[in-house]
Amino acid sequence: MNQHATTPATRAIVIEDFLAHSPEMVWKALTTREFLDRWLMKNDFELTVGHKFTFQARPMGDWNGIVNCQVLEADPPRKLVYSWVGGSANNAVHGSILDSVLTFELTPADGGTRLKLTHDGFRSPQNDAGYEAMSGGWGGIVKRIEALLNEAA
Amino acid sequence: MPQHSAHPGSPDIALVMRTLGDTTRRGLFEQIVSRGEVTVGDLTRDSGISQPAVSQHLRALRGAGLVTERRAGRNAFYRIEPAGLDPLIDWLDHYGAFWRDRLDGLKTLLKEIDPK
Repeated sequence: MNQHATTPATRAIVIEDFLAHSPEMVWKALTTREFLDRWLMKNDFELTVGHKFTFQARPMGDWNGIVNCQVLEADPPRKLVYSWVGGSANNAVHGSILDSVLTFELTPADGGTRLKLTHDGFRSPQNDAGYEAMSGGWGGIVKRIEALLNEAA
Repeated sequence: MPQHSAHPGSPDIALVMRTLGDTTRRGLFEQIVSRGEVTVGDLTRDSGISQPAVSQHLRALRGAGLVTERRAGRNAFYRIEPAGLDPLIDWLDHYGAFWRDRLDGLKTLLKEIDPK
């Protein structure tokens, strides 16, 4: 089973998948520095709410490749939330600016774990006034404009 | 971070973001979206923003490829350019592909550390 979609309703990235391993094992893979190195990126993660850490991605343009993160919520082995901020406004798609939140939700399922990954709140801090008003981030704005277009059609 | 080849010739995402990052300008853009085709006069009347300010915002929206202008005699009409939001949509889609790749890596790792 492998179901995933970029939810058009919110434009948040939501991916749901089944993993044939216990929630405890999946949690370990999501929260252990050495394991994160292997499946995601080099990091200095620590499972403590408030802990600030980084992922080292490939540098791009004037962006040094560092993703700044902070653990926002940790409920083992059910839910892990951290912020995900990096990139540069001068880059196009790859390495472009990102101020977002990543959520992993684990649910026990028959013979394994259902994992739901949500990458949401794509925002850009380039304009202070706009930043404050941007609830839901760019995903929310795209959704709103798409709704208006559908009404107009 | 994901690999992605930006579409050559497409307006870059930073410009689209900068342009729509201004709340007043984004409000005008949304008005144009819902009304279809408008004049500077329509926007000035409905938004309570001065005509020079409206004109300036329209110039910025056109510069970012978000709005097009049609001239008829002395009048200018503005419509949205539907492809204008594509850089923003591509950007969101490309993170979807990124996470799917990474989750494949997670599965490989789990098989190794937790063999059945």
